[in-house]
Amino acid sequence: MIGRSKKSKYLETTLKYDATLCTGCGMCSTVCPHGVFVQKDGIAQLARPTACMECGACALNCAVRAISVDAGTGCATAQMIASLKGSKEPTCGSGCC
Amino acid sequence: MITPTTSSITLIDRMQHILARAGLRRSRFRIRPGLYALGDPNSNSQVFVTANYGLSFDTLRSALSNIDCYILVLDTKGINVWCAAGKGTFGTEELIRRIGEVKLKDHVTHDILILPQLGASGVAAHEIERRTGFKVEYGPVRANDILQYLQNHAATPNMRRVTFNFMDRLILIPVELTHVFLPTIILMALLYFLSGPIPALTVPLVVIAGLLVFPLLIPWIPTPNFSTKGFLLGSMVAVPLFLLALISFPPAIWWKKLGVALPYLLIVPSLVAFITLNYTGATPFTSKSGVKREIFAFFPIMFWMFLAGVFIGTLFRFIR
Ligand code: SF4
Ligand code: SF4
Repeated sequence: MIGRSKKSKYLETTLKYDATLCTGCGMCSTVCPHGVFVQKDGIAQLARPTACMECGACALNCAVRAISVDAGTGCATAQMIASLKGSKEPTCGSGCC
Repeated sequence: MITPTTSSITLIDRMQHILARAGLRRSRFRIRPGLYALGDPNSNSQVFVTANYGLSFDTLRSALSNIDCYILVLDTKGINVWCAAGKGTFGTEELIRRIGEVKLKDHVTHDILILPQLGASGVAAHEIERRTGFKVEYGPVRANDILQYLQNHAATPNMRRVTFNFMDRLILIPVELTHVFLPTIILMALLYFLSGPIPALTVPLVVIAGLLVFPLLIPWIPTPNFSTKGFLLGSMVAVPLFLLALISFPPAIWWKKLGVALPYLLIVPSLVAFITLNYTGATPFTSKSGVKREIFAFFPIMFWMFLAGVFIGTLFRFIR
């Protein structure tokens, strides 16, 4: 469903889109900051899946749940601190952004 | 209660912006959550939603010059819109709570809320409509596009994209540098007395490479991820240091010379790579799964290179 390549660590993504559920509301292409979705032929299409940064905006705003993504922070510091503390979900610390 | 505000940015505001950009006193740069009236709004006026980080609020109100409107400020604990949306404080629940608390329905007759697009990762628009009756409209990513957006409530594809251009990266440098300034000085002094001038010189070079040169050169360092970019950049700093150590170490016994100089080749690239790996948090395009893979692939290399460097360095400090 999504182009996979071993070339870059950032070309794989957890973004999944089920076109059969889509109503063509256009919300996903509105909220995505990387132009991952476009609207074509009345439904959403994945235009640049490898640009996805897993922010979760599209999935959260898709009323019919056609999109799923393992959303979270793309911050190495937060992830390393989380694994040191043994917490599952990395979030930014208070001193951060 | 509605607090009046204006779109003009005062000198004091500007001072606070500079401090905030430099990473100083950011925690105090908060504004009170609630409903603000910009100019002289009436019941038909637009409602804009933002975070209670001072810089977010000021950017919005200054972009709305000559517009009479309401600004609804959410309690994001003084964090900007995007980061707060990621944490969920700029989120569905807080927005619904705030709409009720300021009794928004008593102030406007329409049902439109304009949110910054980058707030979308915390807010489910359809949930807001279902539970409050207000329709969420996502405005452009950048506040300076708002006036153009308001002409027909549509954003061009460019207005919907985040950028990370040279200026965006330049503006992040002061924050990073202020964070490490004191540790850098302390470490320099410590290394100077423990091992001499060249090790001490390494500290600011690593910091400059990782936090100043790297951010500016990201697109031009020809490897695909942050760690390898860091290794490459670090090696460019390490080689001159390695040669310098070779030349300045007096005894002619080659393996002793090598033992004193080799740690630079191990420690410097691994430290710079560690810094650049951590830079992922400051960029708007790295994903959670991508960063996770990068940590798994490269952190062990950094760790063992660093450890080997420290070990060899300490060893030769005693046998030379
Ligand atoms: S938000 Fe969901 S329903 Fe709307 S266009 Fe995107 S995928 Fe389709
Ligand atoms: S998770 Fe974010 S970046 Fe990825 S497609 Fe959805 S909105 Fe775009």
